[in-house]
Amino acid sequence: MPFTLYDKIWNEHLVHKQDDGTALLFVDRHLIHEVTSPQAFEGLRNSSRKVRQPKLTLAVVDHNVPTTDRSKGIDDEDSRIQIETLDKNCKEFGIQLFGVKDKRQGIVHIVGPEQGFTQPGTVIVCGDSHTATHGAFGSLAFGIGTSEVEHVLATQTLVQKKAKNFRINVNGKLAVGVTSKDVVLQIIGQIGTAGGTGYVIEYAGSLIIDLSVEQRMTICNMTIEGGARAGLIAPDEKIFNYLKDRPMSPKNDNWNKAVNYWSTLKTDSDAEFDKEISLTAEDIVPMVTWGTSPQDVVSIEGKVPNPENETDIDRKNSIERSLKYMGLEPNVAVKNIKIDTVFIGSCTNGRIEDLREAAQILKDKKKAPHVRAMVVPGSGLVKEQAEQEGLDKIFINSGFEWREPGCSMCLAMNADKLKPQERCASTSNRNFEGRQGRGGRTHLVSPGMAAAAAIAGNLDDVRKYQN
Amino acid sequence: MQKFNSLKSIPAYLLIVNIDTDMIIPKQFLKTIKRTGLGKNLFFEMRYDDNGKEIEDFILNTEPYRNSKILIAGKNFGCGSSREHAPWALLDFGITCVISSSYADIFYSNCFKNGILPIILEEKKIKELLEYSKRKEEISIDLEGEKIIYGNNELKFNIDPFKKKCLLEGLDDIALSLEKSKKITSFEKYLKDKKPWIFND
Repeated sequence: MPFTLYDKIWNEHLVHKQDDGTALLFVDRHLIHEVTSPQAFEGLRNSSRKVRQPKLTLAVVDHNVPTTDRSKGIDDEDSRIQIETLDKNCKEFGIQLFGVKDKRQGIVHIVGPEQGFTQPGTVIVCGDSHTATHGAFGSLAFGIGTSEVEHVLATQTLVQKKAKNFRINVNGKLAVGVTSKDVVLQIIGQIGTAGGTGYVIEYAGSLIIDLSVEQRMTICNMTIEGGARAGLIAPDEKIFNYLKDRPMSPKNDNWNKAVNYWSTLKTDSDAEFDKEISLTAEDIVPMVTWGTSPQDVVSIEGKVPNPENETDIDRKNSIERSLKYMGLEPNVAVKNIKIDTVFIGSCTNGRIEDLREAAQILKDKKKAPHVRAMVVPGSGLVKEQAEQEGLDKIFINSGFEWREPGCSMCLAMNADKLKPQERCASTSNRNFEGRQGRGGRTHLVSPGMAAAAAIAGNLDDVRKYQN
Repeated sequence: MQKFNSLKSIPAYLLIVNIDTDMIIPKQFLKTIKRTGLGKNLFFEMRYDDNGKEIEDFILNTEPYRNSKILIAGKNFGCGSSREHAPWALLDFGITCVISSSYADIFYSNCFKNGILPIILEEKKIKELLEYSKRKEEISIDLEGEKIIYGNNELKFNIDPFKKKCLLEGLDDIALSLEKSKKITSFEKYLKDKKPWIFND
């Protein structure tokens, strides 16, 4: 029987099939962070349970850390307690932690691949919905709740029901200035924010194969914004080369064994999908979101929609609500939307290639005077690499703040947030109401588009700014 | 975990589609290391103004909905962040049953870990129920019988038998999985042999 890549990984991790159609699935890699783990450890303590496989678990602080000078400690008491609690829990249960002062600290979904902790063919979970990112390596990676974090800590397994198979093919070549962020925004706009619910998505096609490893991560990362818990891409030479010699990658003989196995991880040619769509890369242009759901996308040449044109009543109400929140009038050209803030960073676009993409646009240019702009590298190692390449100087000369790594203004749990009605061009993944700060207005864009917006002071077409 | 069997309450309704978990409980309340105490901040941004005062016309700030144990909501409820703080906040407020035409996957499974019943009904039936709810009369949820009773009417719903059993009996699923400990051990042995790199040995 032909299988999809998802079927194969699923079958390879079956510990036990239960009568009700669910299965006990082995978890090879468990990532934890300070926000969704304290109650899980508390649960373990209350029932006198241990962590079954501490070596298969990696902890990092990211959501709550300040992105300014950390040498004086953390002002916010609740944040500090949460970070200290993770430290204490990791010591008690024997789990490796990249703490605030560790150079390897960063956003959990950037750290995993960077360290080689993320590997093809594995089941990877984390108490964070953007765990889908790791699917770029051909792993089955998905977000879980805190009760499930506790379940994984205690048993190294999860009870799961198998999802359906959904393949998205993207063929062709992207035009200059168009990136994988635009591809995934286009996809979400097309399938809708619940279009992938109940499915695991496999991305395929010539464009996906052409993309770099980091660009693939951006696509898989936002799979959850289309409702699917996991998105994956068959691993290839690019993935193997990326992983070679990473600190936690297989070594010596194990490396050869692993690559042999990884090379088998692909969907059989005659496998069937429950759902399948195809996009042409040449049709994709730079995208922005205008509303409060990641499905509210429009091309940079487009206009804000008019709710009067909607026949579906739910959709009409939803557009009206979004426009009111976003402070936008129907039919306005998105290029004319003035912005106050630019945020470059997050697990979606906080990697070195993202920073290069933005820096290339910003080189020898200044941000508009009224714009507040910040770059938050995805990890300490990304920051170090960028500084070696002189990207920090380009950003600083353009008028950007160059920050310490973390989740920062993607979810605004730390001090980095928008003020009410402040409007932001952001490379993050969610434009929900209040996501970047109460009353804050988010427009999701690629790093290049964020840089263009910083220069123009309004949303603008990155293709005008190619250096 | 609290058992869920049957429930009687006047349902509150929030007919916004795609209510995300950021809306259910915003990030500033995720800094807790406890599961409890989140109810007062449920739907914080819709419920309170900038000065922290209740917004009068928000449904959960009005009688009798302040005491609702059932919430009827628009489709794709609970999308976005995986935060289990969302079901914890609902539970702490007193809501133990949500009715919608669809849910985001992670939120849906988080409900069952916390004794919350998320019922899936088709849009047409939700509209019926909604009309009835405007009368501010109680409706009943019967999980065993998989039905909602309102006035003299009944609406049937379907639920996965295992999930139903867990709710009815308040089962600890970690304990259930630990009963399979031997199978997990033999799987680990197989893994060490076949994919030694997984353990980095």
